[in-house]
Amino acid sequence: MAAPPRLSKMPTSPHRRQSTIKGYLVGAVLALVLTAIPFGLVATRTLRPIQILVVIGIAGTTQAVVHLRYFLHLDLKPSSQNKLIALCFAAVVLFILFGGTLWIMFNLNYRKM
Amino acid sequence: MLGKLTIDALPFYSGIAMGGALIVVLGVLGVVALVTWLGQWRYLWTEWLTSLDHKKIGIMYVTLALLMLVRGFIDAMMMRTQQAVALNSDGYLPPGHFDQIFTSHATIMVFFVAIPFLVGLFNVVVPQQIGARRVAFPFMNSVCLWMTTAGAALVMISLVIGNFSTAGWNAYPPYSEAQFSPDVGVDYWIWAILLSAVGSMLTGINFLVTIVKRRAPGMRLMMMPLFTWATLCTNILMVFAFPALIVTAALLGLDRYLGMHFFTEGDGGNAMNYVSLFWIWGHPDVYILILPAFGVYSEVVATFSGRRIFGYESLVYSTVAITVLSLVVWLHHFLTMGAGADVNAFFGSAAPLIAIPTAVTIFDWLFTMYRGRVQFTVPMLFTLGFIVTFIIGGMTGALLAVVPVDIHNTTFLVAHFHNLLIPGALFGYFAGYQYWFPKAFGFKLEEKWGRRAFWAWIVGFCLAFIPLSIVGLMGMPQRLNRYYDASWQPYLIVAECGALFILCGIIFLAVQLAASIRNRAALAVSTGDPWDARTLEWATASPPAAYNFAVVPHVHGIDPWWAMKQAGAAANRPARFHDIIMPGNSSAGAALGAMSFVFAFAMVWQIWWLAAVGALGMFAAVLSQTFRDHAEHRIPASEVEAIESRRILAAPLISGVPT
Amino acid sequence: MTDAVVTAGHGDETAAETAERAIDEKTYGFWIYLMSDAIIFALLFATFVVMSHNNADGSDRHTLFRLPHTFAETMLLLASSTTLGCSGAAMAAGQRWRTLIWLGVTFLLGLGFVTMEISEFYRMAAAGAGPWRNGFLSAFFTLVGTHAIHVSAGLVWIVLLGCEVTLRGLNPFVVSRLYRFGLFWHFLVIVWIGIFSVVYLPEIL
Repeated sequence: MAAPPRLSKMPTSPHRRQSTIKGYLVGAVLALVLTAIPFGLVATRTLRPIQILVVIGIAGTTQAVVHLRYFLHLDLKPSSQNKLIALCFAAVVLFILFGGTLWIMFNLNYRKM
Repeated sequence: MLGKLTIDALPFYSGIAMGGALIVVLGVLGVVALVTWLGQWRYLWTEWLTSLDHKKIGIMYVTLALLMLVRGFIDAMMMRTQQAVALNSDGYLPPGHFDQIFTSHATIMVFFVAIPFLVGLFNVVVPQQIGARRVAFPFMNSVCLWMTTAGAALVMISLVIGNFSTAGWNAYPPYSEAQFSPDVGVDYWIWAILLSAVGSMLTGINFLVTIVKRRAPGMRLMMMPLFTWATLCTNILMVFAFPALIVTAALLGLDRYLGMHFFTEGDGGNAMNYVSLFWIWGHPDVYILILPAFGVYSEVVATFSGRRIFGYESLVYSTVAITVLSLVVWLHHFLTMGAGADVNAFFGSAAPLIAIPTAVTIFDWLFTMYRGRVQFTVPMLFTLGFIVTFIIGGMTGALLAVVPVDIHNTTFLVAHFHNLLIPGALFGYFAGYQYWFPKAFGFKLEEKWGRRAFWAWIVGFCLAFIPLSIVGLMGMPQRLNRYYDASWQPYLIVAECGALFILCGIIFLAVQLAASIRNRAALAVSTGDPWDARTLEWATASPPAAYNFAVVPHVHGIDPWWAMKQAGAAANRPARFHDIIMPGNSSAGAALGAMSFVFAFAMVWQIWWLAAVGALGMFAAVLSQTFRDHAEHRIPASEVEAIESRRILAAPLISGVPT
Repeated sequence: MTDAVVTAGHGDETAAETAERAIDEKTYGFWIYLMSDAIIFALLFATFVVMSHNNADGSDRHTLFRLPHTFAETMLLLASSTTLGCSGAAMAAGQRWRTLIWLGVTFLLGLGFVTMEISEFYRMAAAGAGPWRNGFLSAFFTLVGTHAIHVSAGLVWIVLLGCEVTLRGLNPFVVSRLYRFGLFWHFLVIVWIGIFSVVYLPEIL
């Protein structure tokens, strides 16, 4: 979607619209590539499984960033700062909760065996 | 047609159950009759139930909390009595009842006393403290209030129709699964939790955005009052912790309703994951409960020492440190459940780290009082009582952090967490209630009965819980409905006496309220600033106009109201007034709450057509509001001027930007 | 760093100022809501990973999923992201009918995705591999199903927005709602990236 609407401005210039569409197309192409790679590797199994898993992880994370940048318009400008701070904090919490859960549960599982 | 609901759901199987049901039914009928007799339905509807004014919503939250405190305390009284008499005997409470009571006691106290109380204080105080006229999302504020009330109503109706859960307030599987708890008790718990959790999570979003976006011009983050800082941190925790509770309750619900295997005993269920998920919410939750209390203590200590708070920055950093740390240590609630030494060591040593910022906070308060002119008002008494007892509670926590020690899941643990919840959180809320009551209503609460209430509460707390620590060290497990060790009984009898003191404390609070209302003319605060306080909420009238500030002040530092009074600017009248736009009333919030109750009740009893009606009703209520873009009304400048001139003394008016 | 808007001292509060402020707050508040939704998904992901070997009765995990099916679903969602972006560009240019058309295409792509999802669930359940079978399947159906429910809610939202755009045109409030819908939809596509990376691809591997 376009940037958050401002009452005062009437965005009618075709140049502005063009640059926005270009952003979405770039994002779409990047996303396509970053999807094709992991799917292709799984389909053809050209690498060892553990390596494919690493590529899946990297491609997925990169594609998420692509979406944030090109579709959600999250950049380093001051207007995005509040949202970026919230996202970074959420990312840290996600890492702790996801990682912590896996650490605890696999530790328990191991000891149950 | 009516799902699982049959005539057997009525509590005719037990005298005690019938008694409980009767009290609820008579209570509700009594209130309805009273309002009808006084002819106040229209007033209640237009002034309170449909109000989007954060101050009124706050008062309703605190009212809910105090009412549910009475219900939760009755549960506690019944448990203490049972334990005092049940040596080598069955006592008077059958085990099924006892189990329901300890479950509902904790569920009510955490979700329908503590959380509404602190959210109520946020609502009444924070927008005024930051110089705002309203919260960011007034309609959502109303929705949260009514959903929380619906959750409380669901717990209350379980006394009349059906029964409540016997699985403890944390509802651990596999006991809480359908195989071992086939009746509707755990379902009541699940839906009450979900209603409360969604309400709390949305409240978190509301106040987070309000504080970030609606501060008065010039108020930087490091100029905010400490109660506002505490609120900001608490709301961050609410936003990030309550999703875990929603997931936990929802997955348990999926197991029970759709036969899934998240936590079942076989077929690939993993009950330990429930425990981990629950405490991912549960640990931040205890900080959600305590941080607002710390915020209140900071305000009270500064005001009643007549000094600026000592170490403002260190208090802010400590609050933030507590917030961050609380997200990382949840395993210490299940240290004995079999994780390896490395996992236990990490969580076991990270947990006591919280003592460092807590100690900094307490020392800052003590240094504020040192060389201050301390007034022993009722809020200050609660604060001092807290400081003395909380430290002990923290130290018992350090003892519990030792994994191999033999006191886990005993009454020592019960004493530990009540030590933090009663003198810690509850005294903070009481102090806030006493401190900000004149702001909300225009007259102070009566000192004499307030003092008596404080002493009854603190003596009661000590008498009730010190014996429990001792008997826990002697080996008594928690949640025991009868026992055979005679050496425990004397302590449990003393604990019962403690509960009676607390009963007096509650009665004294009620008497205080009644006496204050009766004497309100004598106790009135004409200046709006009865305590000669320091923060912005005391700049508005008491009670404030709907718009709080006629002119939003420009803030230049900490304690802006104090600065204004020193500069003599407090008495200035603004040169001219302007129109103010405020949110109008809306019945959609109350409607959504009512529909959510219908939905949840129907889901408990599996009356699917009624659940669909409830869900559609909720959707309709939301829809009616989402596309309403012009729901405000404009208060013309002339009316603002008229309201301001009616304020008795000139002192509370603030000058804004010169026009 | 205060976001506070200077008020009253400068004159009567105008409706435009109130509206602009409300829109800014709603955008930020919605973003925070998405963060909380991310936590819900993260915990469902964690539960799935923890239970990924809990096919208690030894039933086969690896032949449950079909790669082309998952790839097609992914393409539908990625396409819908792009068409939603085009809708946003049209909206920024003030073109009402173009906005509606692109919204409609997004709806169809999303509907296709949900249909494929339901057909996969139905196929698995009919083959006996439903969520009631074992812990692994419970976790799978709940994680992917929660995502599908969110997408379905998004489809309902598109319909409501389409009605509003038709009836009220592109006023600032509608535009802000479309913007928030965009945040929601793109967030769900990001979650889907996580789903195929954590659930489908490793299981198929």
